[in-house]
Amino acid sequence: MERIFLDHASVTPVDARVLRFAEPYLAGGYGNPSSLHSVGLEARRAIEDARVNVAALINAEKEKTILFTSGATEANNLAIKGAALRNIGKGKKVVSSAIEHMSVLNPMKDLQKNEFEFTTVPVDSSGIVDLEKLEDSLTKETSVTSIMYANNEIGTIEPIREISEIVHEKGLYLHVDATAAAGRIPIDVQADGIDLLTLSSNDMYGPQGAGALYVKTGVRIQPVLPGGGQERGLRSGTENIFAIAGMGEAARIAREEMGAESARLSEMRDNLIEEILKIEETYLTGHRTKRLPHHASFRFSHIEGESILLLMDAQGIQVSTGSACSSKTLEPSHVLLAIGLKHEEAHGSMVLTLGRSNTVEQVSRVVDAVNEMVDKLRKISSLGKE
Amino acid sequence: MAQQIGYSKKVMEHFMNPKNVGTMDDADGHGKVGNPVCGDLMEIFIKVKDDKIEDIRFQTFGCGSAIATSSMVSEMAKGMRLDEAMRITRNDVANELDGLPPVKMHCSNLAADALHEAIKDYKRKKGEIVEEEEKPAGHTCEHNHNHCDTC
Repeated sequence: MERIFLDHASVTPVDARVLRFAEPYLAGGYGNPSSLHSVGLEARRAIEDARVNVAALINAEKEKTILFTSGATEANNLAIKGAALRNIGKGKKVVSSAIEHMSVLNPMKDLQKNEFEFTTVPVDSSGIVDLEKLEDSLTKETSVTSIMYANNEIGTIEPIREISEIVHEKGLYLHVDATAAAGRIPIDVQADGIDLLTLSSNDMYGPQGAGALYVKTGVRIQPVLPGGGQERGLRSGTENIFAIAGMGEAARIAREEMGAESARLSEMRDNLIEEILKIEETYLTGHRTKRLPHHASFRFSHIEGESILLLMDAQGIQVSTGSACSSKTLEPSHVLLAIGLKHEEAHGSMVLTLGRSNTVEQVSRVVDAVNEMVDKLRKISSLGKE
Repeated sequence: MAQQIGYSKKVMEHFMNPKNVGTMDDADGHGKVGNPVCGDLMEIFIKVKDDKIEDIRFQTFGCGSAIATSSMVSEMAKGMRLDEAMRITRNDVANELDGLPPVKMHCSNLAADALHEAIKDYKRKKGEIVEEEEKPAGHTCEHNHNHCDTC
């Protein structure tokens, strides 16, 4: 049975071209980039080349605005804690949307232990941040506001430029987690008005173990990992050259191929959405049009997400769900609850995220599998029989 | 994925091909436990003859183990005397399935309870006085503020 991987929001397989490019750096022939001898310089050059490519992907004003980290989680922590603690003189308030990733929400909650006030801004039923409430929640004391570029569970793209205007009108810092969006839709940190932006290597076909934080020229943050002073003193620790070089190459390929690839995937996405919504009592989650090109997410009444995932997997198709049964906390997805779904509705969610390995021919097999799965589970289900 | 969740082969067999799925219009006893807010709601229908469970059907909204335990308990109880069936425990069901992941033991292993409720319903209908069994410790899936405390 041909495997159809539709869980690219959780991880993107490393692109073969990226692996070929970065492999020599894994073999260890390229020294410590902090060493001044020629071997160290080659390692340094690999990192600087990656910086150029990552900067270009988001149209950063200078290469040196890019700091490499171990991944998006560390970049989010560095942005939020780094900005909040460095600018503590300004005040002790932090703000995010209610649908941020845990690696944004949890550092924010952590700051509450240092007596920071943390406000979450609600979203509407399609996942768009409530701009009025955002404006109301910002004060002069807000040291950092964090809103994601696009959501990984429901695919909704946030109005970042409008958000940036609101935040900058008050003279505050805007951090944007672009983990789900980078490499998939154009991001321009200068035109969008972004102060801090998080990127993840393994969400754009690069190796695990690298992420990046864009820090706009003049924006002040402090390190959360003090040490030997690498990455302009803001992220110490010997660089993971293999992962960073791979991330650079992944960024270069993403930038080059984004236009054609997102057109290809969005057509498949639209077909999936159209066909799957023909199933009774099936609903799209997230925004219909302001949506990542590779992202199709649904909820089905009367059936449960772990069962959905297992039956799809049995047909060779890997999907994800926001059901409580498949989460570590045994709580349904906070994102689905934030868009107003009831617990029992959130349990029946399914997320399909397309990627480079998927083909147009697969769409009909996926649609058939979804139909079969829903039919089977509804026959077993105790709900919806009245 | 099944391995990741930690389901045995037997759980997957019962999940993929559940036995005794359906409803019964003329059921002698009907039991319903769980709560859709938690993610699990199980119903069991029984037909009784000569104090034995002659036929049994189930309907379950829930995860893989909720469906597998429902199927398993229906297989175990079929043909059994009512007093024997009342003694089937959640652990018995889990054991017959070659075990369940720890997190599922208290959350979606409710099928034995649904069976007991169906038997009690049958006895009540016959006019017998039914003793309420104590709720097993650790799980009742009670809801406060639309939120599942134990699941």
